[in-house]
Amino acid sequence: MTKSIIAGAVGLAAISAITFGAGVAQAKDSITIAVPSFLTGGAAGPFGIPAMNGAKMVADAINKGALPAPYNTKGFGGAVASIIELDEGGGGTKQVAEYRNLVEKRNVDAVVGYISSGNCQALAPVVEELKQFTIFATCGTPRIFEEAPRKYLFRTMGHATADNVAAAMYVKEKFPNLSSYTGINQNYAWGQDSWRDFDLTMKQIMPGATASDKFQFPKVFVGQYGSEISALSLDKAELVHSSFWGGDLESFIFQSSARGLFKNKIGVMTVGGTAAYRLGKKLPNGLIIGARGPYGILVKDRDTPLNKWFIETYKNIYGIYPSGPAYQYGQAILAAKIAYDKAGSDATDEQLADALRGITFESFSTTIEMSLGGGHQAVTENGYGVTKYDDENGENVVTDVKFYPGSCVMPPEGVESVQWINGGMKGAKC
Amino acid sequence: METFLTILLDGLQFSSYLFIVSAGLTIIFGVMKILNVCHGSFYAWGAYTAAFFIGKFSDMGLPDALGFLIIIAAAIVVGVVLGLIIEQGILKHMYHRDEVLIVLATFGLFLVLEDIILIAFGTDPYFAYQPMALLESVEMGGVIRDVYGLTLIGVATFVAVGCWLLLNKTKWGVILKAVIFDREMGISMGINVPFVYTLTFIGGAILGGLGGAYIAPTISVAPGLGTEVIVLSFAVVVVGGMGSIAGAAIGSLIIGLLRALAVHELPQVELFVVFAVMAIVLVFRPEGLFAPAKPRKI
Amino acid sequence: MLRDTTSKVVLFGGIAIILLGAIMPNWIVNQLMFGFSRALAILGLLVLWRTGLVSFGHAFYFGLGAYTVAIVDIQLGVTDVFVRLFGGAIIAGIAGFIIGFIMRNYRDIFFAMLNTAISMVLYGIIVKTESLGSTDGFAISLPTIFGIAPETKYPLFIIITMIAMISALLINFYLKTTVGRLTTPIRDNEIRVEYLGFSVAHAIHLKYTISAVLAGGAGALMAMSLGQVDPDSMINWTVSGELVFITILSGPGNVIAPFIGSLVFEVLRTYAFELAPQAWQLIVGATFLTVIFFLPGGIWSLIAKLGRKKS
Repeated sequence: MTKSIIAGAVGLAAISAITFGAGVAQAKDSITIAVPSFLTGGAAGPFGIPAMNGAKMVADAINKGALPAPYNTKGFGGAVASIIELDEGGGGTKQVAEYRNLVEKRNVDAVVGYISSGNCQALAPVVEELKQFTIFATCGTPRIFEEAPRKYLFRTMGHATADNVAAAMYVKEKFPNLSSYTGINQNYAWGQDSWRDFDLTMKQIMPGATASDKFQFPKVFVGQYGSEISALSLDKAELVHSSFWGGDLESFIFQSSARGLFKNKIGVMTVGGTAAYRLGKKLPNGLIIGARGPYGILVKDRDTPLNKWFIETYKNIYGIYPSGPAYQYGQAILAAKIAYDKAGSDATDEQLADALRGITFESFSTTIEMSLGGGHQAVTENGYGVTKYDDENGENVVTDVKFYPGSCVMPPEGVESVQWINGGMKGAKC
Repeated sequence: METFLTILLDGLQFSSYLFIVSAGLTIIFGVMKILNVCHGSFYAWGAYTAAFFIGKFSDMGLPDALGFLIIIAAAIVVGVVLGLIIEQGILKHMYHRDEVLIVLATFGLFLVLEDIILIAFGTDPYFAYQPMALLESVEMGGVIRDVYGLTLIGVATFVAVGCWLLLNKTKWGVILKAVIFDREMGISMGINVPFVYTLTFIGGAILGGLGGAYIAPTISVAPGLGTEVIVLSFAVVVVGGMGSIAGAAIGSLIIGLLRALAVHELPQVELFVVFAVMAIVLVFRPEGLFAPAKPRKI
Repeated sequence: MLRDTTSKVVLFGGIAIILLGAIMPNWIVNQLMFGFSRALAILGLLVLWRTGLVSFGHAFYFGLGAYTVAIVDIQLGVTDVFVRLFGGAIIAGIAGFIIGFIMRNYRDIFFAMLNTAISMVLYGIIVKTESLGSTDGFAISLPTIFGIAPETKYPLFIIITMIAMISALLINFYLKTTVGRLTTPIRDNEIRVEYLGFSVAHAIHLKYTISAVLAGGAGALMAMSLGQVDPDSMINWTVSGELVFITILSGPGNVIAPFIGSLVFEVLRTYAFELAPQAWQLIVGATFLTVIFFLPGGIWSLIAKLGRKKS
């Protein structure tokens, strides 16, 4: 009989115990920044870990005041930041629950990160609901700042439309007589958006080239592309577009190069940059690769003090050149510093957001203008290059690198990406 | 004609992959009535072990052909070590308990083994392309194919024929069939059922490890690769009939060939093929196409 | 129906938690909402488990409930919390009733696995259909209560706790009715039950449908408290595995057990994730194994032991 009563008491006791255990006040000579990134799953190695490394390296340097000018002041508005590493895996719903925990239970001061567009899409409304200063570092979907105005949420890199518009422009320049193209993209928002933007842009700027009706959409994280590669080989199209990333990208490159797919076809890999340093000789020559902006292998030769510092320090610590995600997370942390420097280390989320809104700043590899989405979405240049294995140094390099200014590959304020492309990309300044 | 040949080869290649990864699952289920969720872990451990040593050997300058030996060795080592630890350490103590609890235990094991891989091998993917590069490629039906992929068909045939011979032509097969049909009867006839269970579990684990080890050279071996395999092999086993080797073979062929056809002719529906086949089978024959006979007990 | 101790504890415990909720920090209110939402599904699995049936695919109904909320929100703009909740529960219930015609013929591991198979078909369809959100899923707008949009999560918390209370009371009552009592007898010997003049198939069909309704309601409440649905967190086979795990963790002893079990699971996962972002699965998996081996009666058996000592 008393079982149930005891059960109730145990339950209530447990709940009240955790109630009192919560909430530790933060002194303002230090802040905590949560950095979510893929630490598990296929995306961890090529994407999540370099991203986390970039974030930690930059945060560390900021804490010590070791960044080159003009960012050589110590700390985030003087405060030392400690980084909380978080796994981004498990899907949007899990991330929403974790994000609530971060804000309401662990009381972090800022959240900087996220790679997956799916996660960003899921989190955007929650960020606004909880009024938490948050910077998305990498994720691509343009919808985040197009479907609703944001107040506390920022993204410090260009969105996926820029990647694919720039890809189409690069293709037009290199292969003006291209007659047909096809694609292989993952079957979720990222892959579908990427193919749609590329396809629509091609229809606008290269009306002579036709799209194949057998473009492929395999499931994300499948890893076996035998049939797809056969189908692409038999397809008459001359060019294959792909927005594969992470483990899928590397598996696809292995399987397709063993089968000589890119001997007869032009390959355009919008996120190919992450594989360039890792695959070495296994990366086919002559692939057109991007890095989702001016990052990684595309900017290896940029000779600014900030970029030299970034490459040298990263290579010293991690033994490999920094790829795109390292840059993207590094510059998002840098943006947090800029906001804290301007607003002070004890600033509220509103003040931090006000400090970052609409500014232009020099990042490690490029200039970032926070000029879209009411000053919340960054505009940067975007570029492509062609892979080539450098036998002398035993590493991959890119040749024929060409950058397009942000105003050329991203829609102006207030215009949605798809409408902008379909309307002939009005207002593009190339 | 060219397209037909390509579809056929693509389909057979994918079917072979499906069969290798699902054969171990169905054998363990058939004999032990355990739905072994950590089958995906055997696959992942096989892939990691093979990739790790292929890479190491290649760095040491040893000939790439050794890769094939490593694949077989990796499958056996993973199967024997993990199979023994799991069967003797955990499952053996649960045979008297509810079958569903055993499924849950294998689910717990799956979660644990996934993270141990992360701890043991790190998050960085491993590449073991050497065996695939060694076999180069041929042109068939207007498409360049890698010979390594084609050998998969041979491996699957070998596994299928081997299982068939074992079950139908040896004394072992008779014992296994007796245990499958009625465990208690087997015990009373003097069969050492615990020993049969241990060997079966190890055998199934070796097949799981072989799937991973053989696929490793064609992919980037990265964390999380076991999860997808469980879904696929489970689908095959449901379609074919749980516990039936012939069922797993037919299930693999149906799904593999239909999927290849879809990829070539109607890529938009490719994604639904596996699940459409599964749904149709579930509606008309919930036990699967080749469900083994069950004695009715009162 | 409110005479027994269990009912009283549910009633007074529920009211106490609702009152405590007003002063608890947000994150605990969140955890309670997640825990209680999920506990509804566990309650349904408990009804099945008492009959000896374990479904390894109830994420099907859980996901169906959650996606019903998402789709009525996005397609029809329905925001009312009760319309969404009952919509999710009813859709899941109808599906459960139809699928029940197949399921009631199967037992043991086949029952468990057929459920998995069916949930995988739904998972496959959603993952591969762009208009159903594909792998990304949907964000769900905040629910309204009789046309009023609440400022905080507290009103939703009250509703979830009350729904949880009512469900626990109803199931407690059901388990005491004749059909409800046909649980252990069916598990032990079906043929005897048939000779007693009861249809085992009908009894199981009813229990299956009840569990589907509860899982659907759980999914709907979960979707509303999270504000997001996606197939990997709602329908994948791992979710079904988690539901069964919580059921075992809770123990079949009492309708209160699922609520305690769900809360323990919620807290376990939160802290595992916080302590070891790269190895939290290991902690959860090891807990699975520990419970299966050393606590076969679940948490409830500990409470029952305490109770026996005192009385």
